[in-house]
Amino acid sequence: MKTLGLHRIVASLSLAFALVIGAPAAVAQDATATEQLESVDPAEAADVADPEAVSAGSDAYTPMAPTEGKGMPVAGGIDIQPQYSETGEYAYGLHIWLFWVMVVISLFVLALLLYVVFRFRKSANPVPSKTSHNTTIEIIWTVVPALILLAIAVPSITLISKQYKTPPADAITIKAIGYQWYWGYAYPDNGDFEIVSNMLTEEEADARGEPHQLAVDNRMVVPAGVPIRLQVTAADVIHSFAVPSLWFKMDAVPGRLNERIFQVDEPGVYYGQCSELCGARHGYMPIAVEALPMDQYNAWVLAQGGTVAGADEAGVEADPSLPPLQGPESSAPGAPGAGAPPVETPAA
Amino acid sequence: MATTADNFQAHTDDHAHDADHKPGFFARWFMSTNHKDIGTLYLIFAIFAGIIGGAISGIMRMELAEPGIQYLQWWAEFMGGNADFDTSLHMWNVFITAHGLIMVFFMVMPAMIGGFGNWFVPLMIGAPDMAFPRMNNISFWLTVAGFCSLLFSLFVPGGTGPGAGVGWTVYAPLSTTGSTGPAVDFAIFSLHLAGAGSILGATNFITTIFNMRAPGMTLHKMPLFVWSVLVTAFLLLLALPVLAAAITMLLTDRNFGTTFFDPAGGGDPILYQHLFWFFGHPEVYIMILPGFGMISQIVATFSRKPVFGYLGMAYAMVAIGVVGFVVWAHHMYTVGLDVNTKMYFTAATMVIAVPTGVKIFSWIATMWGGSIEFKSPMVWALGFIFLFTVGGVTGVYLANGGVDDVVHDTYFVVAHFHYVLSMGAVFSMFAGFYYWFPKMSGRWHSELLSHIHFWLFFIGVNVIFFPQHFLGLQGMPRRYPDYAEAYTFWNEISSLGYHIMALSMVFFFINIIYAFVAGKKAEDNYWGEGATTLEWSLSSPPPFHQFSELPVIEEHHDHHDHIGTAKPA
Repeated sequence: MKTLGLHRIVASLSLAFALVIGAPAAVAQDATATEQLESVDPAEAADVADPEAVSAGSDAYTPMAPTEGKGMPVAGGIDIQPQYSETGEYAYGLHIWLFWVMVVISLFVLALLLYVVFRFRKSANPVPSKTSHNTTIEIIWTVVPALILLAIAVPSITLISKQYKTPPADAITIKAIGYQWYWGYAYPDNGDFEIVSNMLTEEEADARGEPHQLAVDNRMVVPAGVPIRLQVTAADVIHSFAVPSLWFKMDAVPGRLNERIFQVDEPGVYYGQCSELCGARHGYMPIAVEALPMDQYNAWVLAQGGTVAGADEAGVEADPSLPPLQGPESSAPGAPGAGAPPVETPAA
Repeated sequence: MATTADNFQAHTDDHAHDADHKPGFFARWFMSTNHKDIGTLYLIFAIFAGIIGGAISGIMRMELAEPGIQYLQWWAEFMGGNADFDTSLHMWNVFITAHGLIMVFFMVMPAMIGGFGNWFVPLMIGAPDMAFPRMNNISFWLTVAGFCSLLFSLFVPGGTGPGAGVGWTVYAPLSTTGSTGPAVDFAIFSLHLAGAGSILGATNFITTIFNMRAPGMTLHKMPLFVWSVLVTAFLLLLALPVLAAAITMLLTDRNFGTTFFDPAGGGDPILYQHLFWFFGHPEVYIMILPGFGMISQIVATFSRKPVFGYLGMAYAMVAIGVVGFVVWAHHMYTVGLDVNTKMYFTAATMVIAVPTGVKIFSWIATMWGGSIEFKSPMVWALGFIFLFTVGGVTGVYLANGGVDDVVHDTYFVVAHFHYVLSMGAVFSMFAGFYYWFPKMSGRWHSELLSHIHFWLFFIGVNVIFFPQHFLGLQGMPRRYPDYAEAYTFWNEISSLGYHIMALSMVFFFINIIYAFVAGKKAEDNYWGEGATTLEWSLSSPPPFHQFSELPVIEEHHDHHDHIGTAKPA
């Protein structure tokens, strides 16, 4: 009987809590949704786009206008950004489960405290009891939390194994390199060109209709809907490549090549920011990922002077006499440290 | 039997009857070997450092109150640098670094262990002093020297500008090749000094607690505050040498051409992180365990009941200490850990929630059936229990390696650790302060001012830190001086909270002044029958030297009641 009452209190309190914190946020989201969308002018955006991209690929690539509330924070927002990757969606489910565990436990402890404070105040209970042990209840408050943790651990471990899934062998490799204080994006599978990505000033960001502190001059363009092998490293100090709306964060460590599967479900612009203290302009090296359908991605690659070398698509056979595209530099003939070329055994 | 030492000290026989004989001012406060005086010095030092660390957080909340860079140029010039953009941003990193290091090493640790530990461990176990009084002295002055070294680092070049802008974690290679100039060296040296002081202090506490307990006080009759300091001392002793090794390697990487953390020479930046967090995670329990101990004493006192599940409480702290040593890599979930490593650290970290839950529920069970008086220490303790629970559940959230990916290094983490430290550790320190202030000073503080302090502080810190959960979930990274407009609203609220918190501290300082100017004289046992540990058997303040005749813990005394007069049946 007592426990039933308590459950009701917990349930109603948590509902009230959700309503209180949820309502203003929803209002705030609506307010900003209209505000910035209007300032986006595609023609204007094309004007300030990277001149190289425009000239080389002519009409092949125009930086996509970001969608308000997608891949970026919203004013007054209180929750995780909406997720646009499979692991992100799974993780978001776990986040909601953990949220309710946190709320219920906090309110349960608060309710116990308030009850105790009220019921056992000196004026209500002048003579204290002398109870100092109760084995049953001690076992309960050890075992029940352990079971709750087990119910958290199972999906949590599942999530980790999803995040560490090996990308398929034919996945496109993209390499993000952290510098003080900008990002470089290399495309070793597409002719090994490197995009340099610097933060836009407030005026430039306004001109393109993009959020301050998040907009960059050259975005990291990726194909949407296919798994990508994302490698992350750094040239000077530790940085961290993070995109909240893709549930992705990976430190860029000098001397280390971190690799993780990276997939964006749908086309769009997804912002992130460097997430490891890297010196003075740590807050000024944002990340902007632009996901495009595969054909537009290929057009973008060509516009950058890269190659679309998908052997199966273009029918181009790899030339066996050339070193593999991703091979170490030393494997090229004549490179320092390459050693003597292999001696061929005479056929005769 | 007359030993050499007795002969040397023969002249002191004149004063043997006078336990309250105090040396002159300079000898008493600058050459002190008295645990109570050293404890007082530590508390004064911690309050002083806390004012500086708290003022720095005020600078940070001012800057973050709205988007854009407002005040950093001014600070860059003030500190002797150029006011150019990079130097201004560097000042931000200097502030976050100084705030973290000051609050951890020069505020919480000196207050908890140096202050309350020194004062009350000997009193609670019925000992005349610490085991090594002169080592106790050097522990304190090493801490002061460390603080001076850290303050000095603010005024010498640190790369982009004056001061060390590397974060309290001092990650390589930002702290090695990434920061030229002597500032980082002085910051590292500061940690060496403070760390050495803490190691000496830890050996002192372990020796004192193991060897100087009053006759009859077995380990299982020791007050929980003493248990908490014992566990803390072991954590210090095992963790700090690892930090010392790590930062010594940083120094040699910086100055002597070694490459422990430089991949160009076969080193690894991640090695530094493993070493740092092998120290760093036990460090967070070092900061909170003495608080656990104080809360246990206070809750029992004001409920007029013995602590519920004493043995469970003591061994929960031991368990937290032990498990705390094998969970360090949860601070490194995004460095590129192996999948199995990440799964292990997820599971191990969550285990800590079990003993922590035991403590929370045991405090509530202690109050259950009690006769609770809401004196100032008790309201702080109640605030502690709830807010520490909130910080604890977000800790369980962050323990999940896969979930952590999205909030790692965001304001969610900032909110989490300020809930367990700014509210957990700091609430327990204020609880302990009001609990023991009349005992230490002999004067009553004002209960009214203490309650005002509590309510304003409680509201203030919640307004500061609760919105930071939202900022973190929305993706705002930590250690950022500027942010996208979307983060403005909750940053404004958070900065507003700082003013409420700062206002509350005015009441704290007025209260101290009031106590010394007009405070009533405190009785020996001013909290009444609920206060049953040995410090309450002494006068307020206690004599300069106490327990020249050791108190005896009789068969009938339990872990709770050490001064009860009832004779065994």
